[in-house]
Amino acid sequence: MAVARARTLPSNGMLGFLAVLAIVAIAAPFLLPSYQTLNLSYALIFAIAILGLNILTGYSGQITLGHGAFLAIGAYASAIAQQKMGINYLLTIPIAGVVCGLLGFAFGFPALRLEGIYLALATFALAVAAPTVLKKPAAITGGVAGIILPPVTSPTEFLTDDQFFYIVCLGIAALCFLLAWNILRGRTGRAFRAIRDGDLAAVAFGVNLASYKTLAFAISAFLAGIAGALYGIATGFVSADAYPFQLSILLLVGAVIGGLGTLEGAVIGGFFSQFLPQLSQQALSSINKQVANAAPSVTQGILLLVVMVVARQGVAGLIRSNVHRLRYPVQSGDDTPAAPEASAQTGPL
Amino acid sequence: MTFFLQQLVSGLAAGGAYASLALALVLIYSAMGLVNFAQGEFAMFATFIAWTLMVNLGVPYPLAFVLALGFAMLGAAAIERLIVRPFERGPQLGVVIVTLALLSITNGMAGFIWGYVPRAFPTPFPQNPVVIAGVYISIQDLGVIGVSLLVLGLIYILFNRTKLGLAMRTAALYPDSARLLGVSVGGMLAVGWGLASGVGAVSGILLAPSLFLEPNMMQQVIIYAFAAAVLGGIESPIGAVVGGLLLGVLLAMVGAYVQPLADLRLAVALLLIVVVLVVRPSGLLGQVHVRRV
Amino acid sequence: MALLELDAVTADYGPIKALHGVSLKVEPGEIVALLGANGAGKTTTLRAISGTCNRGGRITFEGRSLRGVAAHDTARRGIGHVPEGRGTLVQLTVWDNLRMGAYTRTDKEKVSTDYDLIFGYFPILKERRDQHAGTLSGGEQQMLAIARALMARPRLLLLDEPSLGLAPLVVQSIFEIITSINADEGVAVLLVEQNASLALKIAHRAYLLETGTVAASGDARTMAADESIRRSYLGY
Repeated sequence: MAVARARTLPSNGMLGFLAVLAIVAIAAPFLLPSYQTLNLSYALIFAIAILGLNILTGYSGQITLGHGAFLAIGAYASAIAQQKMGINYLLTIPIAGVVCGLLGFAFGFPALRLEGIYLALATFALAVAAPTVLKKPAAITGGVAGIILPPVTSPTEFLTDDQFFYIVCLGIAALCFLLAWNILRGRTGRAFRAIRDGDLAAVAFGVNLASYKTLAFAISAFLAGIAGALYGIATGFVSADAYPFQLSILLLVGAVIGGLGTLEGAVIGGFFSQFLPQLSQQALSSINKQVANAAPSVTQGILLLVVMVVARQGVAGLIRSNVHRLRYPVQSGDDTPAAPEASAQTGPL
Repeated sequence: MTFFLQQLVSGLAAGGAYASLALALVLIYSAMGLVNFAQGEFAMFATFIAWTLMVNLGVPYPLAFVLALGFAMLGAAAIERLIVRPFERGPQLGVVIVTLALLSITNGMAGFIWGYVPRAFPTPFPQNPVVIAGVYISIQDLGVIGVSLLVLGLIYILFNRTKLGLAMRTAALYPDSARLLGVSVGGMLAVGWGLASGVGAVSGILLAPSLFLEPNMMQQVIIYAFAAAVLGGIESPIGAVVGGLLLGVLLAMVGAYVQPLADLRLAVALLLIVVVLVVRPSGLLGQVHVRRV
Repeated sequence: MALLELDAVTADYGPIKALHGVSLKVEPGEIVALLGANGAGKTTTLRAISGTCNRGGRITFEGRSLRGVAAHDTARRGIGHVPEGRGTLVQLTVWDNLRMGAYTRTDKEKVSTDYDLIFGYFPILKERRDQHAGTLSGGEQQMLAIARALMARPRLLLLDEPSLGLAPLVVQSIFEIITSINADEGVAVLLVEQNASLALKIAHRAYLLETGTVAASGDARTMAADESIRRSYLGY
C-alpha cells in the first residue's frame, strides 16, 4: 500500500516541471498582447470545465453530453447573486460552484438508474433543453435579454483589468486542479476508476456504487459551476443562448483531444476548446464568411475522428508515452523498471 | 371541440415526422445497441439535397424525394462501413464520440455548402384547408400523416414480410448464427444504417416546410425523436411510431392548452425521457428480453 | 478428390493455441466422426473450417482454398455448420428459422419442395411451424438446427455434439435421421461427438484428436475395435 501511495506523489522531475509551468503561466499575461490575455483566461475557464467533465466521464466512466447546462446554471447563479443580492463577484464564484454541485448531486440520483448510452441520451436532451428552460423565468434570469454584468476592474495599478482577471482565473484553476488531484489520487479516485472499468468488480471491492456515482456528478457540476461563473464574468453578460448544446460538445471535444482520464489532458483540452474554433475560423475566413462560420464544426468533428483513430488517449496520452520512452529507452529487458502508469494504464476508451 | 380536433390533427402530423426519426434511431439501436446522435443531421443534409434538386435543378418533387432518400441511404451505409465500424465493438463512449463527430461534421458541411440562412422548402400539398364536419383541417397536415404512415408501413412490411427484413432481424439478434447461415452481418448493419437514414430523411423533408430549412433545423426534432423512441421503447419499432404520434399530440395539446409551458416543449421532452428511463426503461411497448450473443 | 481437406491447420483464441496442426479428409458422401476428450480441439476444428475462429494452415473445400474466406461466404460455398448449442433463433418462428436456412438460395421452386422434404424427415417441425423456436424442446431444437442447415443444400454438414443434453431415445432418432439424410441426399457429414460409441456406429471413418492434433485415425469399425481407444474413449 505504501508503495502504491508513494507512486502517486509527484517525482522531483515532475515538481520541477510544474514549477516551470507555473512561472510561464504567471509571466504569460505580461509578455502577450492584451487581447491574448483574455483568450488565455477563457482557456483556463474551459480547462476547469473540462476537468469537471473529465472527473465524470474520463475517471468515473459516466458519459455526459450536458456539461454546458451546468456551466449555464453556474453563470446565472453568479450573475443573479451579483445583480439581485449585490454580492461581490469574487464571492459569487464559490456560490455558483456550490449551487451547481447541489444540482449535480440531485441530477446524480436519476442518473444512477441510467446506464451508459441512456445517460448520454438524457444529458444530451438536458443540453438542448437547458437554454429554453433558463430563459423562461424572465424576472430572475432576464429572459431573452439576459443579465448584463459590470466589467472586472483591477484593484491595483500594476495590473491591467485583463491581467488581473487572468491572475484570478489562474489562481482558481490552480486550486481546482489541486483539489481534483487530491481527490483522484486517493480512495475516491480509485473508486471512480473501479466504477469506470467495471461495475461488478467495484461492487465486489466494497465500493458503494451509488454514493460514488452521485459524488462524481456533484464534483463535476461544482467545477462546471465555477467555470460558468467565471465565463459569465469574463463575457460581462449572461444569456442562455451563450450556452447552446454545442458548448457541451465543444467541452467533450476538448476533453477527448486533451486526453480523457488525465489531469493534464484537461489543461490541454481547455486550450483546444478556446483556440480551435477561433483558429479554424480565421484560417478559412479568407475564402468567405459562410465557410468560416462552418469551419469550427467541421474541424472539431474531424479532429475528434482523428484522435479516435490514431490516439485514443489524446494529446496527454501521446506526451505520456513519449516521456516514458525517453525515460526508459530500453523496453525489452526484464530489469526495466515498471512503467509508471504510462503504458499499462487502462483508460476510458 | 373544433379547436381540439385541429390541434389533434396537427399534433399527429408533427408526431408522424417525429415517429420517422424515432424509428431511424430504433432501427440502429436494436441492431447494434448504439444511439446515432447524428441521425437528425443526416436527415437535415438529405433535406438539403432534396432542396437543391428541386430549387436549383428543377427536379419534380416526387423524384427529388426519392433521389434524396437514395442519397441518404447510400451515404449512411458508406459512413457505417468506413467510419463507425471499427468502433462498434469498443467501449460505448467511443461510439458516442464518433457519432457526435459525425453530427459536427455533417452540420458544418451543410453550413459550408448552403450557409445558415433559413430557406423556404416546397411542399407538394395544397395550402388551403379542407372542411370536414365543420372542422378546418390542413391538407398539409393530412399529407404529412399519410406519407409518414406509408413509410412506416413499408418498413413494417420489409421487416415482417421479406427475406431481407428477416435476415436483418437475424443478424441483429443472432449475429453468430446468422454468419453460419450465409448472412453477411457487417453488410446487414450497413443496410440498417442506410435504411435508418432513409427513414430519417423522410422526417426532415416532411418537417422542412414548417420549420424552414437550415443546418440546425433538426436540433430540437432529434430530442423529440429521442423522447418518442424512449417513450415507445427504444428497441421497439412499433413503439417508436406509437411514441412519436403520442408525443406529437401531447406537445400540440401542451402548446394549445397549457400556455405557460408552450415554449417549454423541449423541457417536457427532457422530463419525459428522464422519467421513462428511470421508471420504465423498456418504454410502453418494449419488452424486457435477454439478448443472446 | 476429397470434398474437404485440412492440412496442418492451426487455430487460436488470442494467446491460447487450440489446434497445433490438424490434418484430415472428408470424402464426398462420407460420415466422418471427430472424437476426443474435452478440450482436445473438436469444436475448434469445426470452427476453423467454417471460419468462425482465427485459423492457419491449409483448408480446401471442393478443391478451392478457404484461406481468407469469411464465415458467411464459407456457408455460401456449401458448408452447413450446426454449432454447439444449436444456434437456435429463439425469438423467431420455426418457419422463419427454416427460411433463414434457405437464405443463400436463389432457386425458389426447388426451395419450396425442399421444405416438404425436410418436413418429411422432421414431421414434428411441421406441427410446430408457427411456434417460436424458443418454445421447442431440446431435441426439437436440435432437429430444427439440422433441418435449417439442410435447407441451404450443403455438400458438407458440420455437426457439433448433436446428442448434447438429450434423452437417449431422442438421440437415437436424431442419429437415425442423420444416417438416412446422408444416404438419401448424399450430404457428407463431419460429426463431433462426445458419445464415441454412438458416433462410431454411424460413421464410416473417424479421427481421434488429442490436445489439438490428430492422435489416431481409421475406419470406424477398426477404431471401435482398437483396444486402447476403446479403453480411453469408449469406456468399456
